[in-house]
Amino acid sequence: MITAAALAFLASVCAVGAWRLTRARWTYRAPHVAIVLWQALGVTWGLAGTGTLLAYALEPYGEGVLGGLRVFAASALSGGYGPPGPYDLPRIFALIAGLTALTVLIVVLLTAGVQTFRARRRHRTLLALIASDDPEVPGVRVVDHPAAAAYCVPGLRSQVVISRGTLKLLSPAELTAVLAHETAHVRERHDLVLLPFAALRRALPWSRTVEDAQREVGLLVEMAADDAARRYCSPRRLATALLRFGTAGAIPTPHGALGATAGATAAVMARVERLVTPGPRLPRRVRYGIVTFSIALTASAPLLWVMPH
Amino acid sequence: MGVKGLGELERSIMDVIWAQPSAVTAREVGRLIADRDLAPTTVMTVLDRLTRKGFLIRSRDGRAWRYEPAESRDAYIAELMLEALDLTGDRSAALTRFAQAVSGPEAEILRRALTELEEE
Repeated sequence: MITAAALAFLASVCAVGAWRLTRARWTYRAPHVAIVLWQALGVTWGLAGTGTLLAYALEPYGEGVLGGLRVFAASALSGGYGPPGPYDLPRIFALIAGLTALTVLIVVLLTAGVQTFRARRRHRTLLALIASDDPEVPGVRVVDHPAAAAYCVPGLRSQVVISRGTLKLLSPAELTAVLAHETAHVRERHDLVLLPFAALRRALPWSRTVEDAQREVGLLVEMAADDAARRYCSPRRLATALLRFGTAGAIPTPHGALGATAGATAAVMARVERLVTPGPRLPRRVRYGIVTFSIALTASAPLLWVMPH
Repeated sequence: MGVKGLGELERSIMDVIWAQPSAVTAREVGRLIADRDLAPTTVMTVLDRLTRKGFLIRSRDGRAWRYEPAESRDAYIAELMLEALDLTGDRSAALTRFAQAVSGPEAEILRRALTELEEE
């Protein structure tokens, strides 16, 4: 019972922590650290939430979660001798719920991974047929379209892509800043950070906290790339590039709506503000403290899974 | 021929076919493509690859195949840009984008901030 209680406690800590973190603003002062914390919360929440149900369900075996699953599977395959202790209805429900939740999480993550991989491959194939190279921006693929776009297609062979409209919109210094930002996304593999949150969003589309979490992690990843870029360019030029992009005019979509939301404006303004007037960095002590906490948190759920009781 | 070489060839052949008003045969593609040293079998191979990938549609014309593009160049550019601007509505994490464009009164807030920054 202690393992189940500990896992339940962990899961609630993560849920409350995530909810608090969506409202925290210190994160803007240390986006890299905040991203680590978000990842720790996400992984631990998933393992602790499903682990709670399984730990309770498999308690009669007295082997812990992982050991219990193994014994359960073995006894199911060999004709089912059942656990040594009593096995009541709540435990059966917990077992079904726990296994279902765990399967859903794994399947959703894998599906998102496969879909993302396919979308990127299609995008790369089209780029190979259509995008051109421009001597003005070596190593960057240019798509011949008047709207402003700058992005990267992540992967083992990542590509930075801009549209013809971007070349016209930005000054050379601003373009350098944008490319430094995109290169940072490529180098730090921010796509891998975003993937599980996008997957979770699809699994739980009604959850406000998950929606906020995905948006917040998305913004933190942009801020992390901004921070990396400012070492190679003028932060002010990066800020003006951001604003120019934001006002470049959205193009109509087949779904009728424009890509405009109040959230997008707030996100752009938050990034501009910290580029123009950077606040004090989070003290080193606090940053190390948060990273240590994240590591401990990430280790805790797997430990409780393998613990025999 | 390396992978890159094949990619380049696919691109040139698509360009040739997009520039034609109607479906063309492999022989015509070979004649139109800039690189005159191309073996006819190479052209056939690339046309076959592009057809399998869904970029070309072929139809019988006597003993030869005629090839035409499945979509116009602009349609593919539009597909790329919809994804690039995150307007497909599928919330995927396939690409990482620089910034989103906004419109209406929201854009006005950004425009004012831009003017301020430029005046300082």
